Amino acid sequence: MNGLRIWAIEFVKKGLLEVQEYVRLCFAALQAVFSRPFYARDVMEQIDVIGLGSLTVVLLTGFFTGAVLALQSGMTLDQFGARPFVGRLISASMIKELGPVLTALMLAGRVGSGIAAELGSMVVTEQISALRALGTDPIRKLVVPRVLAGFIMCPILTVVSDTVGMLGGWIIALTQLRVSSGVYWSSVVEGLYIQDVYMGIIKPFFLGVVIVTIGCHVGLRTSGGTQGVGRATTNAVVAASVLVLIVDFFVTRLLISIFF
Amino acid sequence: MRAKSLAEFGLPIELAEAHAPVVLFDSVNLSFDEKVILRDVTFSVRAGHTKIFLGASGAGKSTILKLMLGLLKPDSGTIWVLGHRVDLMDEAQLMRVRHHMGMVFQEGALFDSLTVGENVGYKLYEETQMDLEDVRQRVDEVLGFVGLTQYIDRLPAALSGGQRRRVAIARAMAAKPILLLYDEATTGLDPMTAMTVDAEIVKVRDLEPATSILVTHQLRDAFYVATHQAQRTAGGEIQLVEAGKQKVDEADFVMIREGRVYFEGTASELRQSQDPYLLKFLS
Repeated sequence: MNGLRIWAIEFVKKGLLEVQEYVRLCFAALQAVFSRPFYARDVMEQIDVIGLGSLTVVLLTGFFTGAVLALQSGMTLDQFGARPFVGRLISASMIKELGPVLTALMLAGRVGSGIAAELGSMVVTEQISALRALGTDPIRKLVVPRVLAGFIMCPILTVVSDTVGMLGGWIIALTQLRVSSGVYWSSVVEGLYIQDVYMGIIKPFFLGVVIVTIGCHVGLRTSGGTQGVGRATTNAVVAASVLVLIVDFFVTRLLISIFF
Repeated sequence: MRAKSLAEFGLPIELAEAHAPVVLFDSVNLSFDEKVILRDVTFSVRAGHTKIFLGASGAGKSTILKLMLGLLKPDSGTIWVLGHRVDLMDEAQLMRVRHHMGMVFQEGALFDSLTVGENVGYKLYEETQMDLEDVRQRVDEVLGFVGLTQYIDRLPAALSGGQRRRVAIARAMAAKPILLLYDEATTGLDPMTAMTVDAEIVKVRDLEPATSILVTHQLRDAFYVATHQAQRTAGGEIQLVEAGKQKVDEADFVMIREGRVYFEGTASELRQSQDPYLLKFLS
């Protein structure tokens, strides 16, 4: 019993230490964004890696999510004779929730793991120490460009995902559900309120930052050689995915209280 | 077995003076959780001299270099580097001190996404206002110095272990540091390759010139660096010869044992020691 208590205390202490270090990293990165030196070239590089590099996976995810949503909801809507409203359902689902969350989850898998593995390898091979020895602050050189790229690219990728999602839904509505294009697209527009669009655009800013900062935090705290890098990669994906869902809930709650 | 105190060095505590040593550790202690890494470590390094830290693996040698760079902070004691109290400085202040220092890490720690040329010119390109053409010239110069000009566009993964260490030396010396730190620069290399790395260390020390601090457990390398010197011939070629007595005496050996300074002295004092631990280490 005593052993269990000690284990629980250690577990809580370790958890609090992780949270403390994560918050410290976030503040250091925020401070570094607004002060010199600023590595603009690295920001552009990361926008390419995080943004353009993730385009294929986001396109595929968005398209097939929209398509399968149309298939499934078409069957349900049929029961009420409401098949023409399929566009409304797809646009509301994609823009408000599925687009931001699925894009963020895809980025957590692709970008979060990549950042954790890259920075983790740099830690275990002493490249981070070498950077510091050469007079470069790793937060400014490695963390800030990635955070800015995540902050900028996650909303853009979400818009892309939303768009191809609705396109996927349109193709299914047209070919499988026999809903005409005009009916589908007018239903898409009718189903949206401007507040929904704001929510769908604002949320990815938060989610992008969460994914990247978690990847950086876990990567920079890697220890234990190549095995540690593997562990860090897994931890980054798990933590980022769970946090995406948690942050999504709280930001949604906040935005609802603001907009509605 | 002498672990000198500050008084024995005869030095003032205020070290921002011309005659001051480039590095001074005064009663430095460091522990990680329960494990004591360094206990009451005191030593100094004078400008232009060579300090060689010997000791078994895990004795705390590499930690000393990390403390000098400010990569770690001591639990107690004071550390002066180039006239600055690095143990009290924050990361931004340390960057200015590190600007005058170079470090060669155990496995080279080259940036694997950058080419050899980009690695070597990294500091000049990213952290100075130097003109790009001047950076290229300096990169060519230092790569020529370590004999690796032809590898300038290769990635570190395409180099052998010895070549990687030599590139690491080139990177460390590119910004003309006052103080160069070598952390096990020859570990894991075959004797012939290790000798070429030792030769580069001697060349950088004598021809650039920089105060050198070496950490190693390879006695052969330590004695080679202590007992050789580099000079240019009339034709401009670099020659490695046996060092004169003065040069040999400028190389100080420090034996670290379980986090303590166990021995400090010259190469000949180390060789003549009858201490059982030192005899065992030297055998």
